[in-house]
Amino acid sequence: MTTPLLSVRDLVVEFPSRRGTLRALDGVSFDIAPGEVLGMVGESGAGKSITGAAIIGLIEPPGRIAGGEVWLDGTRIDTLAPEAMRRVRGKRIGMVFQDPLTSLNPLYTIARQLTETIRTHLDLSEKDARLRAVALLDRVGIPAAARRIDDYPHHFSGGMRQRVVIALALAAEPELVIADEPTTALDVSVQAQIIDLLKEICAERGAAVMLITHDMGVIAETADRVAVLYAGRMAELGPVRDVILHAHHPYTRGLMGSIPTLDHAADRLVQIPGAMPRLDAIPQGCAFNPRCTQAIARCRVERPALRPVAPNHAAACWLADDAEPAHG
Amino acid sequence: MAEPFLTVSGLTRRFDVSKPWLNRVLEREDRQFLTAAADVSFAIEKGETFALVGESGSGKSTIAKMIVGLLTPSAGRIAIEGQAIDPNDPATMRVLRRRMQMIFQDPFASLNPRWRVGDIIAEPIRTLGLMSGSDIAPEVARLLGLVGLSAKDADKFPHEFSGGQRQRIAIARALSSRPDFIVCDEPTSALDVSVQAQILNLMRDLQDEFGLTYLLISHDLSVVRHMSKRIGVLYLGRLVEVADAKRLFHEPQHPYTRMLLDAVPDLALSGRRRKQVSGEIPNPISPPAGCAFHPRCPQVMPACKTGVPVLHATATGMAACILAGPPFAQTP
Amino acid sequence: MADTKPQRRVFFRIWDSDVAASFRRSPVAIVSGVVALVIVLAALLAPWIAPTNPYDPSSLNLMDGFTPPMEPNAFTGNTYLMGTDNQGRDVFSTILYGARISLFVGVSAVLLAMALGISAGLVAGYRGGWVDAVLMRVADVQLSFPSILIALLIFGVARGIIPPTQREAMAIWVLIVAIGLSDWVQFARVVRGATMVEKGKEYVQAARVIGVSPLRILIRHILPNVMGPVLVIATISVALAIIAEATLSFLGVGVPPTQPSLGTLIRIGQQFLFSGEWWILLFPALTLLALALSVNMLGDWLRDALNPRLR
Repeated sequence: MTTPLLSVRDLVVEFPSRRGTLRALDGVSFDIAPGEVLGMVGESGAGKSITGAAIIGLIEPPGRIAGGEVWLDGTRIDTLAPEAMRRVRGKRIGMVFQDPLTSLNPLYTIARQLTETIRTHLDLSEKDARLRAVALLDRVGIPAAARRIDDYPHHFSGGMRQRVVIALALAAEPELVIADEPTTALDVSVQAQIIDLLKEICAERGAAVMLITHDMGVIAETADRVAVLYAGRMAELGPVRDVILHAHHPYTRGLMGSIPTLDHAADRLVQIPGAMPRLDAIPQGCAFNPRCTQAIARCRVERPALRPVAPNHAAACWLADDAEPAHG
Repeated sequence: MAEPFLTVSGLTRRFDVSKPWLNRVLEREDRQFLTAAADVSFAIEKGETFALVGESGSGKSTIAKMIVGLLTPSAGRIAIEGQAIDPNDPATMRVLRRRMQMIFQDPFASLNPRWRVGDIIAEPIRTLGLMSGSDIAPEVARLLGLVGLSAKDADKFPHEFSGGQRQRIAIARALSSRPDFIVCDEPTSALDVSVQAQILNLMRDLQDEFGLTYLLISHDLSVVRHMSKRIGVLYLGRLVEVADAKRLFHEPQHPYTRMLLDAVPDLALSGRRRKQVSGEIPNPISPPAGCAFHPRCPQVMPACKTGVPVLHATATGMAACILAGPPFAQTP
Repeated sequence: MADTKPQRRVFFRIWDSDVAASFRRSPVAIVSGVVALVIVLAALLAPWIAPTNPYDPSSLNLMDGFTPPMEPNAFTGNTYLMGTDNQGRDVFSTILYGARISLFVGVSAVLLAMALGISAGLVAGYRGGWVDAVLMRVADVQLSFPSILIALLIFGVARGIIPPTQREAMAIWVLIVAIGLSDWVQFARVVRGATMVEKGKEYVQAARVIGVSPLRILIRHILPNVMGPVLVIATISVALAIIAEATLSFLGVGVPPTQPSLGTLIRIGQQFLFSGEWWILLFPALTLLALALSVNMLGDWLRDALNPRLR
């Protein structure tokens, strides 16, 4: 295997609160290879966005990284000074967020925002930066890019804005793009366009992608590997096909079964009883045990570690070795 | 054939989105109107689930609000078992209000945060005067049990519950007046998938138990496919296709329906490559002339740019497309 | 549901709430709270705490006049904590009784302003249209005058209407109406804005679907949800109303000297400032300062405590 581009080891993120410290992320480890698309799925509160924020050093205080390491291409980045981290963001790690409006400054033209980003990270003249910006906009599918570059963000529709954000994220040729729910705010017919664009353009430039989403369908189409988070812990990690079709963790299986599909009409959906625990009430042992239909005594006392269940495929479940890989 | 349960005919709603009078005078602008729903007609049979699908600006929520009386239609007629819904007629509205209820999208906004769950659920009973004081508490307990919560939960406040549990509370409130028709406006789009499955299953169980008729509003085709018997597809305020759910998914007649289906991600990893869908939804204040879908339509013809197609019978149901049949309405 | 258990639960909920926790963590809030509480309690309990009754002419001895604080009077040998004024009234006692009147006027005026402002704001925000336009233009016009001018105007009109024999007795009520009417606008504006936000929320739509009447929706649904910001403004307004009352009384249009409020006491005291009897001015002024400042700080803290998390 090649050396990973991004390596996250035992990441722990804590939020101190009045009722004690909440662990939003508890011992999460994964790698992303150069050019790879890693999907990160989980329900709201599972910690997927916090993982992204922790990697780029943007955890909102009073939250903090309480343990673990983040390595980018051999350099440890979680301990970098804020100034050095700012240079990593944008230059080496690009970001695409859910709401394109919050990632664009409404007071500046697209041209100014793009050229500023380009010139901060690359040694280019104003004129060259603008040329590059136009080329980027053209590449992300903005019609008449040379003219529209002088427009303000509010002149663009939602889908076009997200295209601009993708151009912005890629402006400095980053090695990794973190996309946090990039299509959630968009209409169904536009979602597909944006996902395809993101995938294509990153592949073209050799940038790896960490795609954070709650939408399994998006992951299925886009990602090479997928990480399933539950209550701040990694439940399963493996190639997207294996995880979707042969999940080892009961939570992943339940999650897959609960999604209604177009192809075959089930009378009832598989449902996981209950809801994900709040961070202040994570049960002892496996965090999923109260909702798990297969839980054994061990699950209630001892927390299972993520361990290999198949090539490149790991799950955090005591039963994972014996369990028949179930079909969806 | 028996009369349909709900009949909607020629339903239209225009919103005045003009700037304030002074701005209009100074900027020399005319009044502007947004047509959120234009000449929408459909019928729902008793006990079935009819779904309206569409993206933002399709008018699906506007139609739902007109049916439950939250908005007054600009034109058109809505009738339940032949009785017209008229928000200005308090006597019939009183009767109809008991019979129809609504479940909202956001369970964090649809429950008053300052009220106890018991009072929230009992509000329809109290407002409509359906029961006397001492009968209410046991009824609330029964309703909580029905949606999978415990009778003790009546004393709690909404913030003590998760999103899925809140949606159960909202369903219990909707059931409290013993309605026969429930409008479900994106009932699961604010929920996580595993919780969505719980709510969808619950809605189906309740439908079987009480013979409920549902109008399901959603942008999620897989949810619609799972839940409904018949489906209406909306684009920019107009119904472009109505068909039996199964047939709509297998033989879509309108190019827009086909496009929506193509845009759904393939979870089964069958290798079906979804097609690129071009363009975005136009601004509903100034929709394209002719068929509103024509700028995005891969099969567009010159005639589509001038005439507005009307719904007419097709092999599977009804569609408003020149390719699915001949007639055009008069150019407006 | 009226047994003791729910009550204990309510107490626990208040104690355990985010607001209470933020109070316990904020030294400024605790100090302001204690200062305000001491003054309010002392004012409420004035008849039992005060060494003398300053309103009872028979208890006054003119020979006691101008006694400095903590020094025995040259003629009578009496010692007073904060000295006496020109008529021999114990300054400490007059402050207790004065604070009572100041607080009564301040709180009543704010209650009046709240009642007016909340009603106007709810109706304007919920109905919208021309009702909203008219109410808010009236508010705009009123805002363009200093509130003390409005209060003076109302005071003047009231003087013209009320017969002279009734004037002294009615003075306090006129003052309350004057301050209350000059202060409703900010309540109306905040409530209107919050109402417009709340009325779009789905729980209000759910009530409308059932056919709940607009009045009931306003009072039972929307009002409880807009009270947060109202409480903040009310607290700060009490401080401002106390100062407004003091200002009016200082100008001589407020409560009469026979029933002195803190403002009246300051007016009386300033006459003696340059003749050396500083205590007659200083102690009422300090009390007013402590009261207004502590209430204001409580309001500031409340705003911060309610703002970030609860919304």
